[in-house]
Amino acid sequence: MQYKSQAVAKPYFIAAIGLFVGQILFGLIMGYQYVVGDFLFPAIPFNVARMVHTNLLIVWTLFAFMGAGYYLIPEEAETELFSPKLAIIMFWIFLVAGALTIVGYLAVPYATLARMTGNDILATMGREFLEQPLPTKVGIVIVALAFLFNISLTVLKGRKTSISLVLLLGLWGLAVFFLFSFYNPSNLVLDKYFWWWTVHLWVEGVWELILGAMLAFVLIKITGVDREVIEKWLYVIIAMTLITGIIGTGHHYFWIGAPEYWQWFGSVFSALEPIPFFMMTVFAFNMVNRRRREHPNKAATLWALGTGVMSFLGAGVWGFMHTLAPVNFYTHGTQITAAHGHMAFFGAYAMVNLTMISYAMPMLRGRSANSRSAQTLEMWSFWLMTVSMVFITLFLTAAGILQIWLQRMGSNPMSFMDTQDQVMLFYWLREIAGLVFFVGLVLYIWSFFYKKGEAHIAA
Amino acid sequence: MPPGDLAIWFFIFAELLAFGIFFVAYAFARAHNVELFNESQQHLNIASGAINTLVLITSSYFVVRAVAAIKQNFSRECARWIAAAIGMGGIFLAIKLFELYAKFSAGISLSTNTFYMFYLSLTIFHFMHVILGMVILTAVMLKARSGGYSAKLHTGVETGASYWHMVDMLWIILFPLVYVIH
Repeated sequence: MQYKSQAVAKPYFIAAIGLFVGQILFGLIMGYQYVVGDFLFPAIPFNVARMVHTNLLIVWTLFAFMGAGYYLIPEEAETELFSPKLAIIMFWIFLVAGALTIVGYLAVPYATLARMTGNDILATMGREFLEQPLPTKVGIVIVALAFLFNISLTVLKGRKTSISLVLLLGLWGLAVFFLFSFYNPSNLVLDKYFWWWTVHLWVEGVWELILGAMLAFVLIKITGVDREVIEKWLYVIIAMTLITGIIGTGHHYFWIGAPEYWQWFGSVFSALEPIPFFMMTVFAFNMVNRRRREHPNKAATLWALGTGVMSFLGAGVWGFMHTLAPVNFYTHGTQITAAHGHMAFFGAYAMVNLTMISYAMPMLRGRSANSRSAQTLEMWSFWLMTVSMVFITLFLTAAGILQIWLQRMGSNPMSFMDTQDQVMLFYWLREIAGLVFFVGLVLYIWSFFYKKGEAHIAA
Repeated sequence: MPPGDLAIWFFIFAELLAFGIFFVAYAFARAHNVELFNESQQHLNIASGAINTLVLITSSYFVVRAVAAIKQNFSRECARWIAAAIGMGGIFLAIKLFELYAKFSAGISLSTNTFYMFYLSLTIFHFMHVILGMVILTAVMLKARSGGYSAKLHTGVETGASYWHMVDMLWIILFPLVYVIH
């Protein structure tokens, strides 16, 4: 750690991992409810478990992004953070707001929560992924603005690098596009249309810039390759991301009542969305092969390479699979979507966060890397989580193909629930893979505390 | 090694792929709707498209002269040729705007029919690339004017030139495909 104020990143990373554990636990609950429908009913109904699972994913990702911002911006700008105190205050506000929201989801029925939190003043709730009560949404905006204020001023007073500019662009975009979550027109087509401006333009737009900047930062640190080389790649990648991703929003507009030309725009542009992910993979391997130093943190290198590969497979390949309108006509909203969602989110965003935490956390604890044996443990956690996620994806893909075949094709299609009975085997297998994933996550956390024999590698 | 910066070639290939997929989609849609496409095509302004083809080819020639000039260390001459190319780009945009204005005035939109959807998207998509090309050329021109390139170091000029030739080449495919071929 080169600057004292980078230390504020630590609580953010710890909270992120804590919430990640919560996300996986609720994932396991839901996965089990897929096969044993009344598990934990009525305490935790499926729809609530799903809401908690997806909302925790978003919140822990935001925590990790903010932690990454607080960690890398001072180092890139070569100056202390503008206000470490503000960062700590915002951390507690965000953590308390997030915890209260989850408690609200679990403790009272959703309609009651809506009434209690002023949804009748400005109705924003009840929409997938944007279920948060109004005060939480306002809280997210305040925390995001304070965070952006803090890191933007840090960059302004210090060195301006491509990595911090791309990161700032991504984070400002994140804040701006979140504002569409407050816009809730009564026309359902318009509602869906602008709902995607938050959801799609986050994960297939500005978040990719954040991902690119975080990956580039870690690669510069662990490979020692010239900044100019890495920055050029970063620019080409983000240009491709924006060119394909923005109009690629159209792949969500096929069947919501938007004009027909979106079937062409959405298909053509989103078919190209794998390109920036592919370039990111090539970029990561290329940089590691051209490395000019042997960084002692081998585990972080593995995570960085894994991010490239898994984001390309999950977001790129599994996204392309059902992005063309004539294909999506059959696959829309089936388990194919769930398969893509799992591998893409893990491969791109969970993994880049784990990369960053794997690199930064030892530094924040005053060493350049954890001990060899702790890293071996962490690499086990990498393989357990990654391989089990591949299996989750494959099982859900199999379930999806079968579902489409039985429910949407042929002359005598089955009903939704009858089809679910037919794919039950794959749901069981998915749940087992989920348990292995959880073991991997526990190992990841344990690796940070593992002390046996040898010492950690000094800074 | 290709001329210019390697990164621009990644970009050019990605652009060609995007347009390529669009062209294939056009062919695919046309095959299913030959009569509609032939009928709608007759309402396009071939003259303005043809003039614009000449305008862009001329601008590419100017860019070639700019690269030749800098290879002989003539910075100011290089900047002037690029300025001329940018000027031709401006003429292209003006003619295109008249053409699009006429279409919009006639009430044509993306939802009129599949042919017009392709005509408008392809030409406007290309239009935006002409603007981007002009921005790149302007950056190159400013650097050339301040003596930033030399006979030995002129990668930037070739980078801008490569991108501009791509913009030109795309129009050379787009014009016959959408305006002429029945």
